[in-house]
Amino acid sequence: MVEKKIRALIVDDEDLARLVLRELVQSHPEIEVAAECGNGFEAVKAVAEHKPDLIFLDVQMPKLSGFDVLELIGTETAVIFITAYDQYAMRAFEVHAVDYLLKPIGRDRFEAALERAKSRLGDKLPPAADLAAAARAPKQFLERIVVRDGTRVTLIPAAKLDYAEAQDDYVALASEGKKHLKQQTIASLEACLDPDRFVRIHRSYLLNFERVVRIEPYTKDSRIAILADGTRLPVSKSGYARLKTLLDQRN
Amino acid sequence: MHPLLKPISRYVIYLSAWSPIAGILIALMAVPGKLGWWNASVLIIPLCLIYQFVCLSAWYMCKAAPLKNAPVLRTRVMHLAAAVTISFLWVELARLLAYSLAQLPSFQGLDELFKPQVPVLFGLGFLLYLLSVAAHYVILALEDSSKAEARVLETSIFARDAELKALKAQVNPHFLFNSLNSISALTSVDPARAREMCILLAEFLRMTLGLGEKTSVPLSEELSLLHRYLAIEKVRFGSRLQMEEDMKEVSSAIQLPPLLLQPLVENAVTHGIANLPEGGTVRLSGHGDNGRVSLAVENTFDAESTPTHKGGLGLKNVRQRLEARYGKDANMRVSAENGKFKVELSFPSEVTEVKG
Repeated sequence: MVEKKIRALIVDDEDLARLVLRELVQSHPEIEVAAECGNGFEAVKAVAEHKPDLIFLDVQMPKLSGFDVLELIGTETAVIFITAYDQYAMRAFEVHAVDYLLKPIGRDRFEAALERAKSRLGDKLPPAADLAAAARAPKQFLERIVVRDGTRVTLIPAAKLDYAEAQDDYVALASEGKKHLKQQTIASLEACLDPDRFVRIHRSYLLNFERVVRIEPYTKDSRIAILADGTRLPVSKSGYARLKTLLDQRN
Repeated sequence: MHPLLKPISRYVIYLSAWSPIAGILIALMAVPGKLGWWNASVLIIPLCLIYQFVCLSAWYMCKAAPLKNAPVLRTRVMHLAAAVTISFLWVELARLLAYSLAQLPSFQGLDELFKPQVPVLFGLGFLLYLLSVAAHYVILALEDSSKAEARVLETSIFARDAELKALKAQVNPHFLFNSLNSISALTSVDPARAREMCILLAEFLRMTLGLGEKTSVPLSEELSLLHRYLAIEKVRFGSRLQMEEDMKEVSSAIQLPPLLLQPLVENAVTHGIANLPEGGTVRLSGHGDNGRVSLAVENTFDAESTPTHKGGLGLKNVRQRLEARYGKDANMRVSAENGKFKVELSFPSEVTEVKG
C-alpha cells in the first residue's frame, strides 16, 4: 500500500535558510516539497495553488511576516514556524502549543517538531490573529492590516483605516472609500490596534478616532458619530463613554 | 565647616561687609548718643569685632531648623529668642567694657554717658542678629540648589554612561543566530565559504569585544568592523544586499566614538534591506574639510512597510553619543525621501589619539 505523501511548503526569505530545510526534509521520503517561497506573497499564492499539508514558515520576512501569511491562508494547514530570536514569538508559540524551530536548526529538534506536526496533520491551528497578538511586544500595535481577496493581498496601513464593521464571522474594513472583508472577529481586531487611536463605539463598530467630525444625539441612550467623509455610525451608551475617555485623554 | 570661614577670601568679604555697619554704629553713638567720635570708636570697634563672630553662629541655628521642613512658628520663636539672648549678652559685654574703660583717666565718665544708649544698642544687636539669620538662610538655599543641580547632572551622566556601555556591549542576537544558521547551511554545500564566514563572524565579535573601554577609534577601525558586518549579512541576503562605499575624501585616521556608524548600518540592513523582497543598496560615504568630517549611511527602504519609529532607539543612541562627545559642534540629519533613508553625521575631526 502506497502511503500518501505529505506535501510541504518551505517559506523563508533567505536562500541559505531554505537550503537547510530542504536538506533536512530530504531524508524524509514521505515528504514532498511542493514549492519553495522567498516571501509571504509567493507563499499565499503557493498555498492556494498546491494546497500543502505542512508549511515551514519563517516569522521574519519582508512585507508579510509569517503571522501575516498565517492570517491570510487560514488555520487548516499544519505549520512549523521558524525564527532566529524573538522572545515574544517564542512565548506565543509555547502558549498556543504551535510547533516551531529556532535557527540554526538542529537535526534532533527538526525531527521532533516534524513528528509532532505529522501527528497533528489536519488539526486546526489557533486563530492567527490571537497568535500574532501574543507574539507582539507589549505596547506594540499593528501598523497595518493584511487582507486577501482571492490570491490578491492588500495591506491597509492602520492610519488609513476609517472604521471596521462586524459582519457575522467577518469584519468589513473601510479604508479610502473601499470596503475589504476579512475573516476575523471585531474583538480580536480591536485587540491588535492601538487603543489610543481606535475605539469600540458600538458592539459592531470599531472607529478610527481621527475620523470623527462630530457626535450627534440620536435616541435617549444612543448617539451618531459623523465621520469626515459623511459616514454615520451608531454610538452605544458604553461606546460613547469610551469615546469620551479617549477625548479627555487627548485634551 | 561654616561656609563663610572657608575659603579665607569669603571671610574677608564678610568682614568688609561689617565695616559700614561698624561705621553706622559709631556714628549713632558719637552724634545722637553724644559719646563723641573718639569714645564711640574705642567702644564700638572691639564690640563689632566680637559681634561679627557671634553672628556667624546663626549658621548652626539655620541648619538645625531648615526653612523647608521645620514648623514655622517654632523656627521664629527659636530665632527671636536667640536674638534676644545674644543681643542681651552683647549689651552686657558693652556695659562691662564701658565700665572698664571708665576706670582709665582719659575715659572717665564713659559708663555714665553710655547708659542711655544701652536700649539702642540692644535693639541694633537684635536686628543685626536677625539680619545674619536671613543671610544664612539665603546661603543655605543657594547651596541646596547648586547641590540639586549637581545631582541632576550627575544622574544624567550616569544614565548615559550605562546606556552607552550597554550599546557597545550588545551584539544583536538576531544577527548572531541568523549568521550561525547561514554557516550551518553552508557546511554541506560550500564548506570553504562556511569556514570563511566563521572567521568573519569571529573577527567581528572580537573587534566589538574590546570596544567597551575605548572612547575613540580611528575611522579605519570602524570601517573594517562594518566591512565584516556587511560581508556576513551579504552571505545571508545574497544579491538582495548591495553595497557601495565612498570614503576616499576622508582621512582614515580621524577619530570617532567606537560603534558610532555600526548601529546605523545595522538599521540600514535590518529595517531597510530586510524589508525589501527585491533588496537594495547600503551606501557609506564621507568627506572632510575645514576641520570637520561628514559621514553618511544611506539605504534603500520601503516607505510603506517601514514604520518610522522602528530603529528609533538606535538613532536616538547615536544622537546622544554625538552630543555627549561633541556637544553643539555635532550635527545629525535624518532624511527619508524617494525611497532612500539617509543619516548624516557631521562633527569636528580629531586626528590625535585620545586615551580613554
